[in-house]
Amino acid sequence: MTSLEKVRQRAENDAKTYGYYLNPDPAFLQDLLEGLRKNEERYGYASCPCRLATGNLELDRDIICPCDYRDPDIIQYGTCYCALYIRNDVYEGKTPITPIPERRPPEKQVRAYTPTAVPQKTEQKAALLQTGPSVGKRLWYCRQCGYVVFREDPPYVCPICKAEREMFAEIQIDVRTRE
Amino acid sequence: METLKVEGKNKKHKVLLYAISTCAWCRMTKKYLKDKDVAYEYVDVDLASGEDRQKIRDDITQRGGEPSYPTIIIDDKTLITGFRKDKINEALGI
Repeated sequence: MTSLEKVRQRAENDAKTYGYYLNPDPAFLQDLLEGLRKNEERYGYASCPCRLATGNLELDRDIICPCDYRDPDIIQYGTCYCALYIRNDVYEGKTPITPIPERRPPEKQVRAYTPTAVPQKTEQKAALLQTGPSVGKRLWYCRQCGYVVFREDPPYVCPICKAEREMFAEIQIDVRTRE
Repeated sequence: METLKVEGKNKKHKVLLYAISTCAWCRMTKKYLKDKDVAYEYVDVDLASGEDRQKIRDDITQRGGEPSYPTIIIDDKTLITGFRKDKINEALGI
């Protein structure tokens, strides 16, 4: 079982890497970390504690913490959707922490509302092996730095060179055989 | 769909809260209502069945809201998305 301390350490390290801070309210932070730990236990991966997960890794990939929406949300609002990760000026109290709108596209949110969504009591890690509806994954590359990713959509911000999503292009693989 | 009831002295309004059990904002909302002694009912959507999830989503979207949590519905008419204290206070007259 993943310990709360491990979850905290992971979040702290990630915040440091990206130059963010964790929420300064100890009780609020504790709730979020506990939520992440709980989700890791029930789904097999640390799905966003503030969003509805399906329990199917393929469908929840974009909301595994740190989610796909964290970086653009921090740039625009100063915090991620949960307010787990926050910007420097927010940490210093210059910008207040308020709820922010959901950036995740509705067509992805809707996946958690089908009768087949696995709400609870999933055996630990079993969700990872579960077969179910899949999403069309494609290869994308960052035209600025060459980073390659195999996912449904390209990231909002390149994790390597910080280029915007528009810098990504799909890789079309042409497979031919020699006669 | 089953809702969980939380007792409170202030029963002036019908307060329904859609929440996620792991969400810190939702927990804050529950605590706020409790601290203000407001009686309310809630559903943790992540613990609900797939069918109930659909009903909840329909309920929220039919009222013009977005399925984002916490969502608070006061007296079957005022929908508040997110823990917005000022809006909650206004709707509850507290």
